[in-house]
Amino acid sequence: MSSAIPFLERLGLRKASGVGEAGWGRTLFVAIVSFIYFLPVLFIIFTAIKPQDMALSVPPTLSPTSIFGLIPDAYVFSPTLENFTSVFSRSMTTGGAPEPTGFDRYFFNSIVIATVSVLLALVIGTLAAFGFSRYPLKGNDTYLFIILTTRMLPAIVVIIPVILMFRVAGLSGSYIGIILLYTAFNLAFTIWMMKSFFDELSTDVEDAARIDGSSDVKVFFKICLPQVVAGLAATFVFGLILTWNEFLFALLLSGPDTRTVPVAMNQAVSSGGRGTDWTLLAAIETLFLIPVFLVTFFLQDHLLRGVTFGTVKR
Amino acid sequence: MNTLAAAQQPPSFFSIAPDNWKLAIVMGLIVSVLAAILLPAAVSFWVVGAMMALVAAAFVVNAYRRRYYGGLLVAPAIAVLFVMNIFPLLWSLGLSFFAYQSNQQSIRFIGLNNYVKVLTNDLAAEANWNALINTAMFVVFTVSAQMIVGFLLAMLFAKQFPLRKYLLILVLTPMMLSVVASGVFFTYYYDPTFGILSYVMGHITGEQFILMDNKVGAVAGIVFADAWMWSPFVMLLVLAGLVSVPKYLYEAAAIDRVSAWRRFWNITFPYIRGLLMLALLFRTIEAFKLADLVILLTKGGNDTMTISYHLIRIANEQNKTSEGAAISYLMLFMVIVLTNLYLYMANRRSQGT
Repeated sequence: MSSAIPFLERLGLRKASGVGEAGWGRTLFVAIVSFIYFLPVLFIIFTAIKPQDMALSVPPTLSPTSIFGLIPDAYVFSPTLENFTSVFSRSMTTGGAPEPTGFDRYFFNSIVIATVSVLLALVIGTLAAFGFSRYPLKGNDTYLFIILTTRMLPAIVVIIPVILMFRVAGLSGSYIGIILLYTAFNLAFTIWMMKSFFDELSTDVEDAARIDGSSDVKVFFKICLPQVVAGLAATFVFGLILTWNEFLFALLLSGPDTRTVPVAMNQAVSSGGRGTDWTLLAAIETLFLIPVFLVTFFLQDHLLRGVTFGTVKR
Repeated sequence: MNTLAAAQQPPSFFSIAPDNWKLAIVMGLIVSVLAAILLPAAVSFWVVGAMMALVAAAFVVNAYRRRYYGGLLVAPAIAVLFVMNIFPLLWSLGLSFFAYQSNQQSIRFIGLNNYVKVLTNDLAAEANWNALINTAMFVVFTVSAQMIVGFLLAMLFAKQFPLRKYLLILVLTPMMLSVVASGVFFTYYYDPTFGILSYVMGHITGEQFILMDNKVGAVAGIVFADAWMWSPFVMLLVLAGLVSVPKYLYEAAAIDRVSAWRRFWNITFPYIRGLLMLALLFRTIEAFKLADLVILLTKGGNDTMTISYHLIRIANEQNKTSEGAAISYLMLFMVIVLTNLYLYMANRRSQGT
């Protein structure tokens, strides 16, 4: 590596390096590491576009193209988009007509449940965080610790009574039940994160606005909230990633109408006793990855800045 | 001024006012207990819920009249957490003192017998202890692997370089995968006949390579998969600490020709210590919950049973609800002890320096 850097520098590829900046040499090295780290995901994505009979071939097929003869033909498969259509409709018996699988519903459920619960937690949690930050209660720290503890608890401790409670209350298999549960699941993290954001803000501007006659509500919406947009974005992404893939609660608490993709995926690939349907699983997972990948990518800058503000400079 | 003063004064205990929360609590308790005794469970549940709503409403009105904005703002969050986390926890704590199976109607008070059974009964206790020891092992291995890998990855991404944004999202992707999919695909990677690992190893050693057929291999396989998935989480937290170090500190260090090691230890480390601690806490708690990967990769075979999977089996498959509750409380106790130990050590460290 070190020998490459002066060479790149001479080509003008490396930026004049100040403190905390590295050049294309670092890019190359990190690209190699990132690519290796990404390989298992890449393999899943490639499996999604493999013909079904090549999923378990020996030797394993690794690439849709031979990259100008770089990869031997034995490792190359011909890509197809068939698996993506069979996610939504395929024949359940050999030779039967294609039937809808209901996956459009499951994707809809996943999106609705994750989005609503994360947003709900964000609204409730931000209000609570503002309360904890600006109007401290008696025993403020104790409340905060108890709230943190609920996040620290293993989900498994809560799940048995929640199942019982939902059964008794008739909430099992309903949207309300699972959304509320996920809201609580996200709430502790949201409160804790947003509180450190509000703590970070200088109160001078708020005080000035109050002296000029702004109401407390106006101060919150016009002054405080715009300053923590980055934190809201970061909290949203973290909550979304965790809720999106949550399996245990969803498995035990969602009914046929509210089934989310992770649960349906688990059933779809292992049903029928034919063993795992690899290409189908890969296609579902690839489709399932896209929304959260895009959200994370577009909010990435906020994410990094958000965590920085939120946790370090208390 | 007069009306304001009247509003500030707390209502007397017996006056029926919307902000008299003390009376609301007493009434709520009496009605709830009566409902629990007299009415069927499905009805009494809603009665108890209504009483809790009444108490909550009294608190809110009280907070609004006396201008406790803090209380008002915090109330919805506390309400959701209470209904979805704290109340179920208290319920299961109560349940752990009864003999109850969710597929049967009978319920019987047996005091501490569930705990005694879990800890000392020959068969159950042995399974529990094995699962517990395995869990401890997984906690140590997965958490240390994630901390090391996550830390190294964060060091790589600490500086600004071209295309950093696009490479970072590649490393973050494993965290976004569903555990079901990545777990199932790891069974494929490890598969003795079709798997990539066996294919590569078979070419090197010349004989069939089976990773999961002994305990060491099975544990290594699970630890590797878990570390791969969750190292990005540690990385993101550490990275946040690394980017927050003010640049002028490094510039000053460069002028003073401070060695790289000292620069790391005295400048960088204090900024990431808190986040490292946080990552350690969160990952330890998550590792205690490790069940999904074990279910997918080994189904508890080769002595890889964890306490969390054991608990799922007992509570969900065998319907031994109250015994499961007892185990989960013992587990909760251990997690709390462990987290407090961490926090204590973190506090002592930060006070010492």
